[in-house]
This record gives sequence, C-alpha cells and structure tokens, in this order.
Amino acid sequence: MTTETLRSDLNIIQSWVNPESQVLDLGCGQGHLLAFLKRHKKCHGYGLEINPDSIVNCVEKGINVVEHDLNNGLSHFKDGAMDTVIMTQALQAVSRPDELLEDMLRVGKEAIITFPNFGYWRTRFYLLGKGKMPMSKTLPYNWYDTPNIHMCTFRDFEKLCREKGLRILDRTVVDSAHQESLAIKLWPNLLGEIAIYRVSK
Amino acid sequence: MPQQIPADSVGVVTPQVVQFDEPLTLKSGKTLDSYELIYESYGELNADKSNAILICHALSGDHHAAGYHSMDEKKPGWWDACIGPGKAIDTNTFFVLCLNNLGGCHGSTGPKSHNPETGKAYGSDFPMVRVSDWVTSQARLADYLGIEKFAAVVGGSLGGMQALRWSFQYPKRLAFCASIASAPKLSAQNIAFNEVARNAIMKDPEFHGGHYMEKNAIPKTGLMTARMLAHLTYLSDDAMGEKFGRDLKTDEIKYGYKPEFQVESYLHYQGEKFSNTFDANTYLLMTKALDYFDPAQYTDHDLAKCLSPAQCKFFVVSFTTDWRFSPGRSEEIVDALVEAKKDVTYACIESEKGHDAFLIPIPRYVKLFTAYMKRVASELNL
Repeated sequence: MTTETLRSDLNIIQSWVNPESQVLDLGCGQGHLLAFLKRHKKCHGYGLEINPDSIVNCVEKGINVVEHDLNNGLSHFKDGAMDTVIMTQALQAVSRPDELLEDMLRVGKEAIITFPNFGYWRTRFYLLGKGKMPMSKTLPYNWYDTPNIHMCTFRDFEKLCREKGLRILDRTVVDSAHQESLAIKLWPNLLGEIAIYRVSK
Repeated sequence: MPQQIPADSVGVVTPQVVQFDEPLTLKSGKTLDSYELIYESYGELNADKSNAILICHALSGDHHAAGYHSMDEKKPGWWDACIGPGKAIDTNTFFVLCLNNLGGCHGSTGPKSHNPETGKAYGSDFPMVRVSDWVTSQARLADYLGIEKFAAVVGGSLGGMQALRWSFQYPKRLAFCASIASAPKLSAQNIAFNEVARNAIMKDPEFHGGHYMEKNAIPKTGLMTARMLAHLTYLSDDAMGEKFGRDLKTDEIKYGYKPEFQVESYLHYQGEKFSNTFDANTYLLMTKALDYFDPAQYTDHDLAKCLSPAQCKFFVVSFTTDWRFSPGRSEEIVDALVEAKKDVTYACIESEKGHDAFLIPIPRYVKLFTAYMKRVASELNL
C-alpha cells in the first residue's frame, strides 16, 4: 500500500466521516477523498463528476464515479440514501446553492461543505483598493469566465443555514494552504480563506 | 479483404460449434431437447480460467465479434474496434468469448435449423426465447469450457440487457458487468418500432406464415423494410445530416419515386445487405425477446430490488445522441444500482453517432472503457 497524504482540508473532512458509512461526494474530482475513505475507513461511496479526465482518474483509482451535472440536482437519489454528502469547493459554482444544500440534506443525514470565503480580508481590500473583482490563488478567474457564480462569506452561509433551520455541527476555517491557526479561529470571516462546515437538519 | 492483418487485430479466427444434449426448458414453457451453439474466442484462457470475458451480442449481431474469418473477408467482426491486442478488451490479458444466441441465424440452433420432430426447418415453430434463456444457454457454454466465473460479462444494447440479466441470474459467476447503450426495459416507443418491423416481415407475401424456407421463398421486402426502419433508429438526426444532408444521387431531381436522395439509397443498400444475410424468423424472435425483457416486473417493478442479488461491479455507458436507448435509460439502471448499494461507474459520452456509437471507437469512450477493463484486470490480478 502506498502512503497517502490528503490535502489538509480533505483530512479534516475525512475525520468527520464515520467508518463504514455511505458517502456521496459531489464534484469528486480525481477521487482522492473517496479513495482514502474507501481504503482507510471502509466507507462505500459514489462520486459525482462531469470532467471526463477526472472520471477516468476515478476509474483508475477503483472508486465509483457517476457522470452527473450538479446543476440538475440530486432528485435521482432517494431520501436518506447516504450517511454523508460531501461537496468541496463547488457550492459557489452551482446555479442554486440553496436548493442543492437542501437536497444534500434530503439525501444524506449530514452534509460537509467547503467553499472559498468572499469575506477574506485580502478579497475585501482587493475590491476596496482596486475597485475590481478580486482575484487570488483561491479565486484565480476573471469575473466573466469564473465558474464561481455565487460567491458568499461565512456569515452569508451561516445566515442561509439559519433560514433553512439547519444545524451547524462543526466549522473549521483554513488559509489557502488549508492550514488552521489561532488568529483564523478568532476572526474567521476576516482571516479564513476556505470554510469547512458540517451541517445537519 | 485486409491486405495485411493489422497488428491490433485478433487475426484470422475460426468459429467452434458445441452440441448440447441436456434439454433446455425455456421461459415460455417449451423445451429444446438438444441444440447447438456456435462461438468464437480470442486470447488465451489462463490456467485457473479466471480471465474469461463473455461478449453478448445485440439484435443483429452474431458470434463474430472480432478478427477475420479469412483473408477474403471485407470487414472484421462487429466489435473489432474494442476487442484485440492492446484494445479496450485486451486479448493479451483476457480470453474473450462470443457466441451466436439461441434462435439466431448464424450457426446456433434457430428457426433455420432442422426440427427433429418434423424433419423440416423449424421456421416459425422455433420456440420463442427470452433474455433469461440466452443467459442460461451462455452459462451452459461456460460450463462446457470449464469457466466457473467470468471476469466480466459485457454487452451493448440488447447485449447490455443480457449482461445485466447475468448479474442477478448468476451472481456468483461474474466479477464485473458492463452494460453499454442499454436499458432496463423497452419503452412503448421501442416496442412500437419493433411491431412496425415485424408487421413489415409478416405481411410480406413471401413470408408464408414463417415457413418460407419450405416454399423456397424469402420475405425479402419485409425484412428490408424492417431493417431500414431499425437502422434509422440507430442513427441520430445530426449523424444522418452530416453523412448525407440533402445530397442527391444525380445532379437534379427527377420527379420520380425511385431513391433520389443519398440517404434513401443508403437505406436501401443497408436493407438489401441485411436481407441477404439475416433470417426473418430470427429477426421476429429477437425483437420479441427485446420487447419481453423487463426483469423488474418480477420484483414489483422495483429495479433496485431486482438487481439486489448481484455481487459484481457495474460499468454503465450511454451516448448523448442515442435516442433508441437514451442516456436516461442507462441512468435508470445506475440509479437502481446506487439504491441497491452496488458498485457502479457511469459515463455519458458525447457523440453524434446515435445508438450505433457503442460500436464506434470514439476517443473518450475508448479511453474510459480501456481504463475500466484495466481495472478489471488489476482487481482480479490478471
């Protein structure tokens, strides 16, 4: 067996997933997380992906991948079919994040979501100082070609959760290197670049 | 004729025929006391017989899936694009087996065969066979060859239905199941197309109630029409537009009813070619097997429940412009597999080729199929 190292945000996510549970990973990419969960936590899961090369990567890793556009929702999954539904860095790119979030918690008992924080101080200063849509390592696109059509801040997300009556079970905030720090814990909406939330109904 | 056999071809192949004397009771209740199955194989069966792949053919297919019967054969077998050394189904790794289904007209016992009870050809007296009967007879061929468990059962279209059927009819006898451009059952529109085809054949004055062989006749016109219609459903509007457009055979319109457009002439050619090589009774029988296929009817129309005995892993593929078995039909299979918590990989391949795409080496399809079959080999330590 090769030693695997997971990106630190994925490492936080995997620690929130119960062993031997059913997992659905929305926008699973090359399947790193699912492969890890399968091997180390004996989870059974499926990844949804639309990128043809990523789908081949998943096949090579021996994980279940289903070609599916998240903008079409999750209506083909039955209520409660999964224990945990995970979505990393895709919430801001779908057409209706609010509806997808609701759907995630219809299909899964818990949802784990990560997204880039638009309230990060550099983003705020970029807009304030340059008067242009912010670009950074986490947000590398121009305003006209970005897939990130629904940027939000941590506060926005938590407001949405409150409105939908969702419980936030865990929250971790990391920088662009996916590391946690004390300062980020104190001022997450200002200093955190990426949020990781675990929510349930 | 191939000037030279290509390096990635299985080369010149010779079909084998096996006689089975153990009676086979069919789903219809009728029994075949004995029957023959013709098959081809490519690659070498390994010592523990764990590298065998069964290829199930579609409506008009046969056992000749790859390679050439002789240096005089113009075209290789029907799935040569995907079977051969270094191809998606790599014959350097796998032993690939393909048979002509029971009721066929290319060497396995079927309507053209001699009926021991009458001393004449079966004709329309040949009992109807269903997908489950094919699977049973395929398992008997596997027994004969000493193959206890297939590495994979693979098929496209009607072949995909057989592969699916294998997964729960003999759950212990396959490790992987590949169902390509298929469906869990026919739609009303699918059945309707089949009925038009059957009607064309049965209303042909040369049909003689299915006993045309005794009259030295062939319902050629009916079979041609049936094929022309079916062929249309295998192509997409875009594919036909790209291939023929509104091109005429001649420079100008002739104000007549003979084929004038290139597409008409193409359809006539396809119909003509098919009617010279295919048996009308087999065509009727195969379309009925398609119509009747609906395994979930025995599990309260719950496909997940139907598939729940399966122990294999699944590979499901559809093609964007396939309107005979659209991507949505494959997704019904995938959704049921997810519900039944089975391992499944699914992709919908962009292609303008319609249903026929599953036979064509589309780069993304080949890449994915190859990766999946490598995974099969790797998980089975082949």
